[in-house]
Amino acid sequence: MNPLAFLTDPVTQGFLQATTRLTIPIMLAALGGMFAERAGVLNIALEGMMLAGAFVGFAVAYASGSLWLGVGLGMMAGAIIGLALAFYTVRLSSDQVVVGIAINLTMIGATSYAFRAVFGPGAASPRVTPFPALNIPFLSDIPIAGPLLFQQGILVYAAFLLIPASWIVMSRMSAGMAITAVGEHPEAAETLGISVARVRSLCLVASGLIAGLGGAFLSLSATGLFLDNMTAGRGYIALAILLLGRRNPWGIAAAAALFGGADAFQLRGQGLGSGIPYQFLVMLPYILTIVVLIGFAGKGHNPAALGRPFQRNRAE
Amino acid sequence: MSDSIGTEPAPLVLRRVTVRFGSFTANDAIDFSVGRGEIHALLGENGAGKTTLMRVVAGLLVPQDGTIQIDGRVVRLTSPLDAAAHGIGMVHQHFMLISTLSVAQNVCVGIAKAGRLFPNLSQVARDLDEIGARYGLHVDPHALVGSLSVASQQRVEIVKALYRGARILVLDEPTAVLAPQEVEGLFRVLRMLAAAGTAIVFISHKLGEVMALSHRVSVLRDGRLVTTKATADTNPAELARLMIGEDLVLPQVDGKHASGPVAIETRSVHLRDEFGVPRLSDVSLAARSGEIVGVAGVDGNGQQQLAEILAGLQTPSSGSVIMTSPDGPIDVSHSGPGERIALGLSHIPEDRHRTALVDMSIADNAALDSIDRPPLARWGFLSHRAIRAFAARLIAANDVRCTGLDQPVMTLSGGNQQKVVLGRALAHSPRVIVAVQPTRGLDLGATVFVHRQLLAQCAAGAAIVLVSTELDEVLALSDRIVVMFAGRIVGSMTRAEVTLQRLGAMMTGQTA
Amino acid sequence: MSTSEAANSAPSAAIAGSAEFVSSLLAVLLALGVGAILIIAWGASPLTAYAALLDGAFGSWNSLAETLLRAIPLTFTGLAITVAFRAGTFNLGAEGQLFLGATAATWIGLALPSLPAPLLIPAMIAAAAVVGALWSLLAGVLKLRFGANELITTIMLNYIAILFVSYLLRGPLQEAAGYLPQTERLAANARFPALIAGTRLNAGFLLALLAVVLAHIAFWHTSWGFKLRVIGLNARAALNAGYNVTAITLSAFLISGVLAGLAGYMEVVGVQRRMIENLSPGFGYTGIIVALLGQTNPFGVLAAAILFAGLQVGGSTMQTASGVPSTLTTIIQGLVVLFVIGRGAVDLVLAHRAKRQP
Repeated sequence: MNPLAFLTDPVTQGFLQATTRLTIPIMLAALGGMFAERAGVLNIALEGMMLAGAFVGFAVAYASGSLWLGVGLGMMAGAIIGLALAFYTVRLSSDQVVVGIAINLTMIGATSYAFRAVFGPGAASPRVTPFPALNIPFLSDIPIAGPLLFQQGILVYAAFLLIPASWIVMSRMSAGMAITAVGEHPEAAETLGISVARVRSLCLVASGLIAGLGGAFLSLSATGLFLDNMTAGRGYIALAILLLGRRNPWGIAAAAALFGGADAFQLRGQGLGSGIPYQFLVMLPYILTIVVLIGFAGKGHNPAALGRPFQRNRAE
Repeated sequence: MSDSIGTEPAPLVLRRVTVRFGSFTANDAIDFSVGRGEIHALLGENGAGKTTLMRVVAGLLVPQDGTIQIDGRVVRLTSPLDAAAHGIGMVHQHFMLISTLSVAQNVCVGIAKAGRLFPNLSQVARDLDEIGARYGLHVDPHALVGSLSVASQQRVEIVKALYRGARILVLDEPTAVLAPQEVEGLFRVLRMLAAAGTAIVFISHKLGEVMALSHRVSVLRDGRLVTTKATADTNPAELARLMIGEDLVLPQVDGKHASGPVAIETRSVHLRDEFGVPRLSDVSLAARSGEIVGVAGVDGNGQQQLAEILAGLQTPSSGSVIMTSPDGPIDVSHSGPGERIALGLSHIPEDRHRTALVDMSIADNAALDSIDRPPLARWGFLSHRAIRAFAARLIAANDVRCTGLDQPVMTLSGGNQQKVVLGRALAHSPRVIVAVQPTRGLDLGATVFVHRQLLAQCAAGAAIVLVSTELDEVLALSDRIVVMFAGRIVGSMTRAEVTLQRLGAMMTGQTA
Repeated sequence: MSTSEAANSAPSAAIAGSAEFVSSLLAVLLALGVGAILIIAWGASPLTAYAALLDGAFGSWNSLAETLLRAIPLTFTGLAITVAFRAGTFNLGAEGQLFLGATAATWIGLALPSLPAPLLIPAMIAAAAVVGALWSLLAGVLKLRFGANELITTIMLNYIAILFVSYLLRGPLQEAAGYLPQTERLAANARFPALIAGTRLNAGFLLALLAVVLAHIAFWHTSWGFKLRVIGLNARAALNAGYNVTAITLSAFLISGVLAGLAGYMEVVGVQRRMIENLSPGFGYTGIIVALLGQTNPFGVLAAAILFAGLQVGGSTMQTASGVPSTLTTIIQGLVVLFVIGRGAVDLVLAHRAKRQP
């Protein structure tokens, strides 16, 4: 018997596909978080941005019949939250954490209310047909990499493209240099002709666009439905992924894959009837997050101005 | 200005620039100019107004009065960008560099010179190499700034200013962060820059450097311009007199403080910071009851770390801190401030906002480190009446001007805040006092008050370690003076042995 | 430096201080205003909806009793988060601590059914307090020992705790009938006496009031509370003043956990009479808002808890009367906080005006 047969075994295939499906939302949220944190703003509101993206994306796609319109407006919803966060943290110099938490709590209520408003209370859960898997010819037949990377919905490919794109922005473009300057040394950035307020605001909008895409992915690509609080803490897990991935797009992708794999593994474990109570399997990503925080807190470099509001012309 | 070299208008001319902060005049009608190819030194003690004047030139402060001319045209500098656009390049004492970006990225970030979207970093690198070759300013364009030495980072700052088109270069205390051999390298660069036509303002309080480098020198004292003269026409002794004030004579050794047994000492303390950089090397310092030991030195040579190690805010990497108690010496190297306070230590920290005061009322701040002492608290319960009585005594004894005990401490003036800190530190007849820059930012009256209080404590038998970069202060109070340089104690002398020359030599690292 | 340090910009300083009662009241009115717009968008009349809400919350002895009953867990979680805020840390873990505390208390109650009430009730309270405290302390130790950001760890610990409770309720602790994920009913001697006859309001409310008073005394009349507040405002100054910052911070985590555990206990003995899987509709998270709106002041927390309890209780009446989903109240709660924090915008506008008209 071919010792490598398990690679093409449908169970393994399913596991690999699921890994990617579960990786993408948290990876996108973490990428969004990266832009905010590299500019020195702690974005706790990722959870709320994702939830908004998931709901608005779903509702619009359901109403219009266009998945793409749903994706677009879902991202916009995230961006609007980014603007709100920017208003608070940049204009008002509010505590970044308090505002983020308040936004998240508001969004849980808002999406749930709006869902009932749009689809009626207690209606049978509406569905849309999610983005179908798009098998890339030839590539999709490669063992492991095929199901992992090339038998996915189109949003997955879009998300993959965002990794090198973010990397190019951060390490090759003036914008990335300006973002780094603002996150590391806002006073110096101002002397260099960079507006800290503008860079941070734009970063939060970008953050919202990407996290909103992550949310829209949940409802429009991974499932085809919307559930109350369906993000289930992914926005917070993304913050741990950021730490593990050292706020670098490639690192984030790898760290997110680790979490996606753990999540797929626990789903698979539930399906296989391993005898382990399913609750312990579902705990896995959350425990992993804590392990990551223990192992990586204080290691690696944090943007020096992270979490610190900046006020121009502060006295002395 | 007639002083400018050549016939074209001087690159930078300040006329009657006046800056006031409330009732305090930081710059009083100052005239200052620098010509093409000239190095003009701005000399003065801490608080003389140098930094304020520099902030005006940098576009960080708009003066209430007076004008700024660039190349003969009157300009208004309202932001650092304005200043840069007029060709003014600043080298701040605290570098304005992004440590996680490369040298090339640091010089071109924020401007479109190397390309608006995708900066051509290899082009920047070539430009930097060219600048480097011209002025002997070699830096690796691809190195991360954070990995460079302080001296190299300073070169990056200069290169950055030049890359961005600076024709007027202002350096604020540039040698404060350099070792002596590096200072020579900096001077070579500045001379080459001047020879190529750059106008240079060199801010310093070190006489030797000013004499060695500058063409002209202006002396500031108490916010006023005392004189401007050609460096060749003056000498260090005259400059020192102008800088410190003619009336200043070394205060008489009122001391003869009867010093008793050692109350606190460090034994060959070493300290490395979080990046592994040595901050203190082999520091052994002892203070006896009834004496004031002054720790002098240029800012940033380890005094602050030494004070924090004495106060218990930092733990030495090696070596020990010993305090004497009635039961004999106790090694407190690894105990925090709490244990040391119990042994009679009190700390007047350098940065009162960061380390001493809390955004609460005056009464609460006054009671901050006495809160567990009866009668302020008994069995863990506060007695607000006792706290208020304690605070009332404290503000009366220390002449804190306030509207009442409930006034938020942060709304007090700096001098009154410092009096709260001081009163609190001296409230329980400490046996050891670590005072760091106790009079920074205070007016004369408050300064005198603080000095008097410290002398009284000393007479009452406290051992005082006074860390200050104000030479006047160290000289006025100390029985013994040690000088720190680059994390070491380079010299120690009694006050009778002090001469300005000796002190100056030690402060620049020459052991005498 | 780690993320945790970046996050620790003294939340109490951000919230307390300039905030006053009036601005909180304005924030509530503004949030209700936005809620009215959402009700119109739903297609109902805000007047009818809010009238139903008010009636459902405070309209009768019974509804008032229900509101106060709902305010019990909110007061406890609000106090739990207040203690952490005051010490300069974020305890977002009240929800998990609540679930574990409630389960532990239920377990004791079911394991020792024959114990007389004067022994059983303290035993259950102790179980809830200890388990809640240990779960909270875990986050504290992870923060102080490893530098793990408590903001994220507490939320992760919530998920873990709730899943673990779910396992218990579907496994070892499940009722004998085995249909629903819940325990057996607690015996009568584990319950609290009713406070108002004919309503569900019980003596637990008195304990909530007691907790408020004790918290007030602790904050403002003990040296522990004094040090806690100093640490929350400026930990370095606290260290320099000789305080044992680590021990006091850990004690804040501990007490925060005790209070959250008690919230769960109260809900079990006072409302559900058994441990169920959906014990809390997010009391731990609403507690954050309660603490913020209450300006991290115990009496303010009590007022905010009653206000939000009224919103939640009245919300169900509103849903029945006008069809407007009760989740509207969640939005209003969140908006209240955003408006409280956003009052700086008013100053901004005023400053802008002042600049234009010197």
